[in-house]
Amino acid sequence: MSGALLIARRELRAYLRSPFGYIVAAALLLIDGLLFQAFALGGGARLSADVLHDFFYFASGTTMVASILLSMRLLAEERQTGTLVLLNTAPVPDSSIVIGKFLSAFVFVVLLTALTAYMPLLILVNGKVSLGHIAVGYLGLLLLGAASVAIGLFGSALARSQVLAAIIGAAVLVTMLLLWIVARVTDPPLNTFLAALALHNERQNAFMRGLLRLEDVVYYLAVTYFFLLAATKTLEARRWR
Amino acid sequence: MIEVRELYKYYGEHRAAGPLSFSIEKGEIVGLLGLNGAGKTTALRVLACDLLPSSGTVMVDGIDVVDQPHEVRRRIGYLPDTPPLYGEMTVHEFLVFAARLRGLSASDADGRARSVEEAAQLEGVRDELISSLSHGFRQRVGIAQAVVHRPRLLILDEPISGLDPVQIVEMRQLLRTLRGEHTIVLSSHILTEISETCDRLLVLGEGRIVAAGTEEELSRDLRGGAQVELSVRTDDAAGAREVLSKVEGVRRVEPLAPRETGPRVVSFRVEAERDVREAACRALVEARLVVLEIVRRKNELESIFLRLTGADGAERGRNSDDRGSAS
Repeated sequence: MSGALLIARRELRAYLRSPFGYIVAAALLLIDGLLFQAFALGGGARLSADVLHDFFYFASGTTMVASILLSMRLLAEERQTGTLVLLNTAPVPDSSIVIGKFLSAFVFVVLLTALTAYMPLLILVNGKVSLGHIAVGYLGLLLLGAASVAIGLFGSALARSQVLAAIIGAAVLVTMLLLWIVARVTDPPLNTFLAALALHNERQNAFMRGLLRLEDVVYYLAVTYFFLLAATKTLEARRWR
Repeated sequence: MIEVRELYKYYGEHRAAGPLSFSIEKGEIVGLLGLNGAGKTTALRVLACDLLPSSGTVMVDGIDVVDQPHEVRRRIGYLPDTPPLYGEMTVHEFLVFAARLRGLSASDADGRARSVEEAAQLEGVRDELISSLSHGFRQRVGIAQAVVHRPRLLILDEPISGLDPVQIVEMRQLLRTLRGEHTIVLSSHILTEISETCDRLLVLGEGRIVAAGTEEELSRDLRGGAQVELSVRTDDAAGAREVLSKVEGVRRVEPLAPRETGPRVVSFRVEAERDVREAACRALVEARLVVLEIVRRKNELESIFLRLTGADGAERGRNSDDRGSAS
């Protein structure tokens, strides 16, 4: 485990020392701010809870994009520059490498998400929403972020280049997002299964409305675990090639 | 220290290395020689527990690399052909990171990083970002990270390639200082680069060992003896040749273009079973010939290498390919 923390710390420092991390952060905050201004605040008088719901809706989109962008480099870049060997030949299990990488990108996503807090706080001060609604909405964002980072990391474990990693990650993510549409044109009982498997639609909606359901939390944790496991197995398999 | 038995490594259908069998004793410096694509890097990556072997066994200190890779990794320092360096870290940060990754405590890691910085003459750039370093310095940081956790076995893939002459001399000195503490396996595609540094050479061609031994043993195997070149002053070249060919151990005497200017200079190349300079000199003097020069020709290392891995290596490589696909 100490190996994982060591790798996470180094990786997080790499985000903070490269322009890339700041560019992703700035873009995310800018787009979140613009969407908040234009859609959540714009247009007539509305319930504060609806405005907050809309904020979380936009923020969930940017969180997913940022997660894929931040995680695409995690393993693919090291493979490109040849530094992965350092980790591969250290007495550190592949699972620790994956967990360390995941933690670094996830902590960065947490930091980014924390920086958006001024928007819900504006609603809290000027309108009427509960702190609980805000907290649950953020929990949903972070769980979605964790799952998206895990998906991106899996793409990064498969690919040789960062671009390919991002494409694989995005493809898996979008496929999981679209499962609810597939569910609509599928017969029961398959459609309930597919709808439950979809990454955003039903799952995230509950969080956005301030509704905390254990099954949604378990779902996101399970997706995260599954893709981290897949990334670990991919790394292990590459040694046999 | 290292015991390799019938090691094969395939990438898909392609046999990158194998069959390889060799052993390396504690404290030895062994050089793996071979042209690009001969399987050096693959063999080293398996030794370093980066890749797992397709078949065969590799034991380091009696521990199997497949069964207990972490135990083996603790004992190994590895420098791949491109040093694995994080450009955004300073030299000191990076070395501490590398040491801690291999299980050293924070305080031990700091102390070890400082001592390897001293050994690799990196004190001056300790706080500089790795991305700003020159190739020579990067290579030294690469070696420093490989030895920072005091590994018993050091694996260096082409440590000298791409360095300028001054850096090569420095690198050789560095390798010599590492000699006592570590068993070292290093690779190169240029024989002269490592023949000075290594106790023993393993020459690889198409994934298998085509020759092994010290530089001298390799020369003897190849040429089957020693070569002496000499010049005498005489009118009777045929007579001189006759005298030389009767010396014990001489196999062949060939006339050469005179090795120096001057009247009546005649030169010969003598091929013999052993160094025959003394006997040849005595025979010539007894025959009242003036000996101007007599030298033992050191075998051209590069030519040995070409002969080992060229025609001969290709031939044997093909045979082993046949065996590989049949099994």
